[in-house]
Amino acid sequence: MKILLIAMLGAGILLQTLPETTARYNNNVLVTLADTTKKDPETGLIVDENLYMVKAQCTSCHSTKLITANRFTRDGWKQKIRWMQANHNLWQLGDAEKPVLDYLEKNYSPTASVARRAPLKDIKWYKLEQN
Amino acid sequence: MNSELNRRDFLKQGSLTALATAMGSQIVFANRMPAGYRPIFLDEKDALKGKSAEMIVQGDKPWNVETPVHLLDDRITPVEKMFIRNNGLVPEKIDVANWTLTIDGESVKAPKTYTLAELKKKFKPYTYQLVLECGGNGRSGFQPQASGNQWGQGAVHCAQWTGVRLKDILNDVGIKGDAVYIGYHGKDLHLSRDPKKESISRGVPIAKAMEDETLIAWQMNGTDIPEFHGYPLRLVIGGWPASVSGKWLSGISVRNKVHDGAKMEGHSYKLPRNPVAPGTDIPATDEYYKIIESMPVKSLITYPKTGAMIDPGKELALRGHAWAGDHAVKKVEVSIDFGATWKECKLEAPVNRLAWQHWNTNIKFPANGYYEVWVKATDDKGTAQPMLAPAWNPGGYLNNACERIAVKVG
Repeated sequence: MKILLIAMLGAGILLQTLPETTARYNNNVLVTLADTTKKDPETGLIVDENLYMVKAQCTSCHSTKLITANRFTRDGWKQKIRWMQANHNLWQLGDAEKPVLDYLEKNYSPTASVARRAPLKDIKWYKLEQN
Repeated sequence: MNSELNRRDFLKQGSLTALATAMGSQIVFANRMPAGYRPIFLDEKDALKGKSAEMIVQGDKPWNVETPVHLLDDRITPVEKMFIRNNGLVPEKIDVANWTLTIDGESVKAPKTYTLAELKKKFKPYTYQLVLECGGNGRSGFQPQASGNQWGQGAVHCAQWTGVRLKDILNDVGIKGDAVYIGYHGKDLHLSRDPKKESISRGVPIAKAMEDETLIAWQMNGTDIPEFHGYPLRLVIGGWPASVSGKWLSGISVRNKVHDGAKMEGHSYKLPRNPVAPGTDIPATDEYYKIIESMPVKSLITYPKTGAMIDPGKELALRGHAWAGDHAVKKVEVSIDFGATWKECKLEAPVNRLAWQHWNTNIKFPANGYYEVWVKATDDKGTAQPMLAPAWNPGGYLNNACERIAVKVG
């Protein structure tokens, strides 16, 4: 166990010295939610009372980016769970399914669209040097 | 990187299962762990190592990394600017000395296995520049949001691949007359780490497999294929969804029916046979879906980067690339008035079939202010890119809508 501890601390220090690794993550999908919601620093998921259940059920196989980048209805998320159960060895969620779906529906439902080509946004203006 | 050394060191000392169990609880050494720390040595190696700092991480398990469009300015995409779309986990151990490629399936006369060294010695090598574009490139432009990585337009590259022609190998093995399709097999691990499952095993009809440019490649841009791009062997098929270009290649099955491997099922890499209204749910069966083959015509402005502010009265030099799946591009145009008028650009011929074509032009702006420069390519069948997002589909594939950059004059 001593070795385990050393390995963990080693990797932890390493990660701390590389802050850009996390800073590089593109969160543009979440921009609209960023002002009003609190994010779990470990996973980037929106914090609410069912977050612990989502972390327990969903993060051992895949990145939480697969959740945060998508927007589905409750039925859409349920279909994803069924698909993972059919193809990816996901276990039966049992009683945990309801809180997981509650969480996903509440926090990651489809958002309304306004245009077939939305205006360009988040433009970072810079002075172009020309010859 | 040190994280990998840590991981290897740890694996020598104890079992991964024990570690995973300890980590799963998240509390054993919680008081010793920095806030927000994720034990990266439990996961894969860092796919961002050697990549440009501007790359966009769509996901890290599996690794999916996008290239900002302005980084695609090179004529031949260098590895540090190449997108990554992985479906599983990179093989943990790659034994190059004993790497083999097995050709089997219902439609081979007899299965045959080649070592990497035999492939290099026995067959004539060829080098081609080939466009590999994710079938879901541009998915983020669909509304309602479609399922999958929310790619912008940067899941594409055109690198130079060196290897042997698949058709030379298949002719050496001997193929029966009933061959319909090929399917590849790779050494990447399924996300669940279930060794019985393949993370992805796709393929193409036999006619596409037998094209000159379909390569079994061991080199990219003149050096060994990088680890996250399929080292040491990759099937490379230009012009079709990049998911047919199997990484960490260990086998090709020659099938007497459409290949039925992982990600050939459901609506993976498929479009509705008949167009559907946005948001429509249809059964994921062959009756309703067809497999995507050639990618559609597309173009990018790779210079300047969007957001350019220029002095009044100056011409702006623009350039980029255009490609059209199995076809060539015959025309590239730009517009600064939202498509009301178009200016034809200089367009180079492709260096070889299935390579992207470079275009450039100069633009003068009539007055100071905000402009969008739009680019539109037309292929050799006369099919052009749409300005609006094209037909919505449940998988969010093939968004080839015209790209644009913002420019401010004055």
